[in-house]
Amino acid sequence: MPAQPEGDAPPLDGALPEDALRRAGADTFSAYVHVPYCRVRCGYCDFNTYTADELGPGANREDYREQLAREIAVSERVLADSPLADRPFDTVFFGGGTPTLLPAPVLAGVLEDLTDGFGLAPGAEVTTEANPDSVTRDSLAVLGEAGFTRVSFGMQSAVPHVLRTLDRTHDPAGVGAAVAAARAVGLGVSLDLIYGTPGESLEDWRTSLEAVLELEPDHVSAYSLIVEPGTRMGAQVRRGLLPMPDEDDLAEKYELADDLLRQAGLTWYEVSNFSTAEETRCRHNLAYWRNADWWGYGPGAHSHVGGVRWWNAKHPRAWADRLNGGDSPSVGREVLDAHTRALEDLMLAVRIDGAYPLDGLTDGARPHIARMLADGLLAPETLRTRRIHLTRTGRLLADGIVRTLSDHLQTD
Amino acid sequence: MAPQVSADARKRIDVAATAPELIRNFCIIAHIDHGKSTLADRMLQITGAVQPRDMRAQYLDRMDIERERGITIKSQAVRMPWEVDGTPYALNMIDTPGHVDFTYEVSRSLAACEGALLLVDAAQGIEAQTLANLYLAMENDLTIIPVLNKIDLPAAQPEKYAEELANLIGAEPDEVLRVSGKTGEGVEGVLDRIVQEIDHPVGDADAPSRAMIFDSVYDTYRGVVTYVRVVDGRLSHREKVTMMSTGTSYELQEIGVSSPEPVAAKGLGVGEVGYLITGVKDVRQSKVGDTVTNSQKPADAPVAGYSEPKPMVFSGLFPIDGSDYPVLRDALDKLKLNDAALAYEPETSTALGFGFRCGFLGLLHLEIVRERLEREFDLSLISTAPSVVYRVITEDGTEHIVTNPSEYPEGKIKEVHEPMVRGTILTPSDYVGAVMELCQSKRGSLLGMDYLSEDRVELRYRLPLAEIVFDFFDALKSRTKGYASLDYQDDGEATSELVKVDILLHGDQVDAFSAIVHKDKAYGYGVQMAGKLRGLIPRQQFEVPIQAAIGSRIIARETIRAIRKDVLSKCYGGDISRKRKLLEKQKAGKKRMKMVGNVEVPQEAFIAALSSDEAPSSDKK
Repeated sequence: MPAQPEGDAPPLDGALPEDALRRAGADTFSAYVHVPYCRVRCGYCDFNTYTADELGPGANREDYREQLAREIAVSERVLADSPLADRPFDTVFFGGGTPTLLPAPVLAGVLEDLTDGFGLAPGAEVTTEANPDSVTRDSLAVLGEAGFTRVSFGMQSAVPHVLRTLDRTHDPAGVGAAVAAARAVGLGVSLDLIYGTPGESLEDWRTSLEAVLELEPDHVSAYSLIVEPGTRMGAQVRRGLLPMPDEDDLAEKYELADDLLRQAGLTWYEVSNFSTAEETRCRHNLAYWRNADWWGYGPGAHSHVGGVRWWNAKHPRAWADRLNGGDSPSVGREVLDAHTRALEDLMLAVRIDGAYPLDGLTDGARPHIARMLADGLLAPETLRTRRIHLTRTGRLLADGIVRTLSDHLQTD
Repeated sequence: MAPQVSADARKRIDVAATAPELIRNFCIIAHIDHGKSTLADRMLQITGAVQPRDMRAQYLDRMDIERERGITIKSQAVRMPWEVDGTPYALNMIDTPGHVDFTYEVSRSLAACEGALLLVDAAQGIEAQTLANLYLAMENDLTIIPVLNKIDLPAAQPEKYAEELANLIGAEPDEVLRVSGKTGEGVEGVLDRIVQEIDHPVGDADAPSRAMIFDSVYDTYRGVVTYVRVVDGRLSHREKVTMMSTGTSYELQEIGVSSPEPVAAKGLGVGEVGYLITGVKDVRQSKVGDTVTNSQKPADAPVAGYSEPKPMVFSGLFPIDGSDYPVLRDALDKLKLNDAALAYEPETSTALGFGFRCGFLGLLHLEIVRERLEREFDLSLISTAPSVVYRVITEDGTEHIVTNPSEYPEGKIKEVHEPMVRGTILTPSDYVGAVMELCQSKRGSLLGMDYLSEDRVELRYRLPLAEIVFDFFDALKSRTKGYASLDYQDDGEATSELVKVDILLHGDQVDAFSAIVHKDKAYGYGVQMAGKLRGLIPRQQFEVPIQAAIGSRIIARETIRAIRKDVLSKCYGGDISRKRKLLEKQKAGKKRMKMVGNVEVPQEAFIAALSSDEAPSSDKK
């Protein structure tokens, strides 16, 4: 994660404004758990993660569950007077970092603590991210036992030289075994891919896609590589040691992914996400994109409840120190006004197929909608369902569509 | 130490009571950085006109821009006392503008003098502008005193340049004075020579009064201050006077001399130089070259040589922020008070919005006005490529005066006339070939060529003004490593094969980029502009052709390919605030876009396309 956004200072106890508490609970309720540990730091990654085993008291892997329990207590206290007080989680997502660097019983323990605090809704989706080489059949069995339903493997590529450029340590051949093991214990499987790595040819990308399809996952996320400033790769690009990904090349690779995945029965439901069926979509991510409520636990995690976004201290030590001092670990927040909420709704929901309702827009948007239909950015069923459906061209130009439509938001 | 004038003797040179025999009116002809202001500073000190504690560098240059850029835009007159052989004299130093754009003002300043110091940098020799003004002074029968300045510089070659100057004015090299404005060496000798060699003014003290205006300056507190040289008769405080060109009359609220701070007096007599204040608020009511006379007893004829200022170069000025339009209008109104040559009228451009079409004396004038607008009024401006005045005759015999490519008539054109100039270029002989090649490529025809000395050549060309205002200065400087200098003067007009090239963006004409060019250069302009725009305009959601066309004929084409990807592929929960902020930033950026048809063009693209290599650079001379 890059530097946290600028925001207001939240109160030390993390209390939320009355308004936000009243607005909370309109949609689903989720938990995100950030696990800030990795074995190696990948050159492209700007997430909040640390490789050192010794981060200091309270910030170590050994202390992680205990620390997180303290934040769960904070969340119970902050939400005590809101409709979320006795709402079980609809989805839980462990991300990182590499959550599976923690022993499976620790992850299971954190899930248990969350369930003790708020409960877990029947049929809840519980996902963990994992590196293919950080799981075993046994560890996956422990997770399945504990209530995990899904695992999302950071496969990224099946081509050795691409993985090397990405600093990924796993052996591509091991992915199949990890997927099989997960499936054997009843876990749903999603595979993450990255395209546009410097040096990756279109054929390399095809190889990766075909390797993925061979494993028959029920969910695929395909993200174009974003060169972030402040990463090792960012510095290499800046110094001219690596080429900047070319936007036309990225577009071509996206189109190839869309073609191959669709032929294999994986259809898009969000710009970069594909699934075999409605049931196999990632409900947790959909909750983000619908602006539902979620509490983000762990260092640097972001939360959203009732139109307030806040974020925790980024460094595990700072996060732990605040919790140990009896304070909320949040260090910044934004209280969104009606217009900003409407803007975020549009920005996020346009990316989901059929999610954004046309009545969120004023009449002024009509000529633009007509033009986008004519230019082939919006699919014809947009008119039938009165919700935005992007075509493939539209998906590739989604940010421009948002910019245009955002001048015509219905804000009461 | 040569004598400053004693208190007793001073009475003989009191203002309005000085015999013409004791007056010397002179100016300094010099190239921009040849040290005129520094020499003037030393004279003010040595004569005691300015006390040491009041002294500051470039004392006479009033505007910040003048002092910073070391050029004089407006002239001024300073009265200094000086004694030679026990006789006190009043020396009036009339400062002259140092640039080709202000040749008319220079000619009026020269007309107010009987002599001129020809001041030349002893390390560089004479430059074209100085030469032009020297010829002007010689035509006015002024006594020329040659002076080499900066003799203290290690690179000074006084022997060489003394010979050059002597050749030019028909004198002996040892008659050329050698001074250092910086150290003061030789400056007293200059003052003595002024008294000894320059004729005193001659006029009829009893005739109806006539005073020639050689400058007028707007002052916020006092209104217009008019600088005059009395030719005949006398002007007095409270007298009613008439401007002979317009017939308007005013009362002289104040009359006096600058020495160098203004000192009010009872009046000004024959041959004296000073200022008048009439209470008018606009320099257009007090025009350079006009004659002031007594209203009751007016003179029969004005002093010869008056002409109206005539804009030669036109450019559209547009505020980058459209809401600044009223500020720009007020700013131009204010500048106009002090600049009789500045002309403007409202202009609307589809690409640039509301602005003004402005007329200037030349490129430097344009640049000075632009810089003052930006500096003194805090405006950010886009200026369109400078254009000259064309006379276009259509098939049906109608004449169109075109100062803006958008006024270029449609349909069949019979002929186009463009303004021509007579250019004088001084260059080291090594670069003669390069300069000739440049002049050829700029459609010049050689009129003559002379060796000023062994290694310095004067080239005379007839050239279209349009070529000069394009990029001539920069090209000349770069081809001669900065050694050549250029001067030009109006030389009528010529018929030329000119065409208007339009630039079309996605089929829509962008008026700001249209240009009138010679038909042989149309293709080059089209290719260059289209190529430049392709690099400046971001990719859109559709393919955008950029075409250059003459009428309906396309002469060049570039294509901006449609953007294929405009989406951040990943958006997780912790990304949302960052992503929204990016969106808000992009939306703010979109507001600064200008729409040309359906194409979004960033403001910066207009600025970059218009202010490229053709734009006047600020260091030209």
